Amino acid sequence: MQAPAYDAIVVGSGISGGWAAKELTEKGLKVLLLERGRNIEHIKDYVNATKPPWAYPHRGGRTQEMEKHYPVLKRDYPLNEKNLDFWVKDEESPYTEVKRFDWYRGYHVGGRSLMWGRQSYRLSEMDFAANAKDGLGTDWPVRYAEMDPWYDYVERFAGISGSKEGLPQLPDGEFQPPMPLNCGEEYVAGRIKKEFGGKRHLIPGRTANLTAPLKGRYPCQYRNACWLGCPYGAYFSTQSSTLPAAVATGRLTLKPFAIVSEVLYDKDTKRATGVRVLDAVTDVTTDYAAKIVFLCASTINSTWLLLRSATDVWPGGLGSSSGELGHNLMDHHFRCGASGKLEGFDDKYYTGRRPTGFYIPRYRNLLGEKRDYLRGFGYQGSADREGWSRAVAELGVGADFKDAMAQPGQWSIGATGFGEMLPNHANMISLDPTKKDKWGMPVIRIDCATGENEALMRKDMMADMAEMLTAAGAKDVKTNDDGYFPGMGIHEMGTARMGKDPKSSVLNKWNQVWDAPNVFVTDGSAMASSACQNPSLTYMALTARACDHAVNELNKRNL
Amino acid sequence: MSSELEQDHTIDRREAIRRVSALLGGAALVGGSALWTGCAKEKAPSGATGSAAAGTGTFTEADIAMLDEVAETILPETKTPGAKAAKVGAFMALMVTDTYDPKDQAIFRKGMQQLDEASKQASNARFVVATSEQRLALLKTLDSEQKTYMDGKKDDDPTHYFRMMKELALLGYFTSEIGYTKAMRYVEAPGKFEPCVPYAKGEVAWAAHA
Repeated sequence: MQAPAYDAIVVGSGISGGWAAKELTEKGLKVLLLERGRNIEHIKDYVNATKPPWAYPHRGGRTQEMEKHYPVLKRDYPLNEKNLDFWVKDEESPYTEVKRFDWYRGYHVGGRSLMWGRQSYRLSEMDFAANAKDGLGTDWPVRYAEMDPWYDYVERFAGISGSKEGLPQLPDGEFQPPMPLNCGEEYVAGRIKKEFGGKRHLIPGRTANLTAPLKGRYPCQYRNACWLGCPYGAYFSTQSSTLPAAVATGRLTLKPFAIVSEVLYDKDTKRATGVRVLDAVTDVTTDYAAKIVFLCASTINSTWLLLRSATDVWPGGLGSSSGELGHNLMDHHFRCGASGKLEGFDDKYYTGRRPTGFYIPRYRNLLGEKRDYLRGFGYQGSADREGWSRAVAELGVGADFKDAMAQPGQWSIGATGFGEMLPNHANMISLDPTKKDKWGMPVIRIDCATGENEALMRKDMMADMAEMLTAAGAKDVKTNDDGYFPGMGIHEMGTARMGKDPKSSVLNKWNQVWDAPNVFVTDGSAMASSACQNPSLTYMALTARACDHAVNELNKRNL
Repeated sequence: MSSELEQDHTIDRREAIRRVSALLGGAALVGGSALWTGCAKEKAPSGATGSAAAGTGTFTEADIAMLDEVAETILPETKTPGAKAAKVGAFMALMVTDTYDPKDQAIFRKGMQQLDEASKQASNARFVVATSEQRLALLKTLDSEQKTYMDGKKDDDPTHYFRMMKELALLGYFTSEIGYTKAMRYVEAPGKFEPCVPYAKGEVAWAAHA
């Protein structure tokens, strides 16, 4: 079946796809936005957003029955009673783990933009130059100076709150006022600055939560319930931000339940002609034509689609001529740091539930320092007064115990590192040769592990945090390594990296597939290295930049 | 580990990190610590547990009456309502039925018998008919017993039944409407974040999570 033609097709409606839809429609293109899952309408479909916490039978917890049906989701925090509908049904969407890989997905309009942690940091010149400097992977084909205005552009629209710090390793941006450090954090920040000669910094988290209104959106109400969907539109999501902008142009068609089975490729013109869509409900197949195609289905999913496309020309799929398609899968390794108790603040407290914490930007292997591993890590954490849960391990029953536990406990502070994972050709995804999903698609096979560099870095991630907390006067300082498997960071990156040379990369400097220049991949797949910063802001900037280039090229009739 | 309890489960990764920080800095929940510190160590597959649709699981009315009294003794009515007013007994029964694996369910159920036996020995009365002074004295003894055991036990040793009861009573109470709004302070949409305000001892906590 042949459907009407569009100027552009965007595959996936999460953070990257939402941006592509907004940018392309605003530049005058007629756009078809395809989403494999159901629609979730802003506010209306956030069914639990204002439900009282006590109204859940298990108070948000997980049951044995849930664990049975969610063999992947149960491995970490996402399996819960409150926003389970935002996570993919593991049983419907299997994948093959050669080694354990935790893949936490959201298949619906908005994707993981609804559930993301919202921490938003720029990569720096050091990050874009890292591969060239130490000869790992391939050199990024862009540098910070080129990205800077695009970061400005997406920050202004998305609404990022944060403080300007003047640090070369974590460039400042176009920020709304920061969500401040609380008194415990402020104190520790001051001590760290002093004790480490101004080389280490504890700063307010930079987060995509508004502290000032933006068009159609209210500032954060400090409920800290973002993961249920925000009725105030106070955090950046496709629904709160990019989708309304795209819809307002009158040029967007959004189609849920549309699984793209392949990108259609014409070997004579060496261009994609459109995509083939399998209706997830009816199983009917429809071809859609367009001048350009943006793949924003998320890392792994966009590459999964490329692996299935143009296999009559390249058996390894569209973009495989370099031999790098599917390779260099990365994540951020974390769950490793230290915590302690703060004394002297028993007469201090805070009010409101802040949806962010503090950040300690990278300081290792910078400015001439050299460790026994490459690259570095940042920390995320917070200081809080302990809640009633401390009561479980304390001795006590009865009236005095109850009333004491209803009061705030001691101040504690802790953080986990988020470490850079090196690009490694051996960390790869491919099509499973035998197993298919319920739509007949060969499932993806993931073979990925961390190595010696990450293991060495984790020692510093623990020891450094303990050192900083101790220097800041914290008591009972304890290190922790809670174990990490790739994917747990939910920062999947790589598998279709950008580069300067079609022989060693899948995408050029504008995120175009070398073998099909009217196909753009602008989600995390494009990353040539992972840096250690939360990556979504970079996907936004890369997407906006690629859309600008695509429209310029269309206007010049180059595509 | 008896269950994977937390103050409140629904979170994003940033919030998970915040809780690791907070919990590891202080006293971790039995189940909560399993969730946050032992994720590499997955629970064994549970097999069918026959999750009950009703709010009371497979426990009888008499069981729930007893659990109400256990919870009320741990968290009695003071100037704020107690656990029984918050219907904690029924909550405990539901949680054991739906979230505990069969092995832990067995420990909990046997624990209810053990507790009654201990009450008979100490006061010559089943727990529900013992006086409130007798109940409190018994639970203080059991609390010391469980704490000594839990602090010294190896990871694979079973959880003490009274730790399970205490944990569920605390969870059930402090996450109930009474817990949020009467025992603690709760505002659905605070509208502002004040990073540093004075605190006087005796003031109750702001409920931590929406």
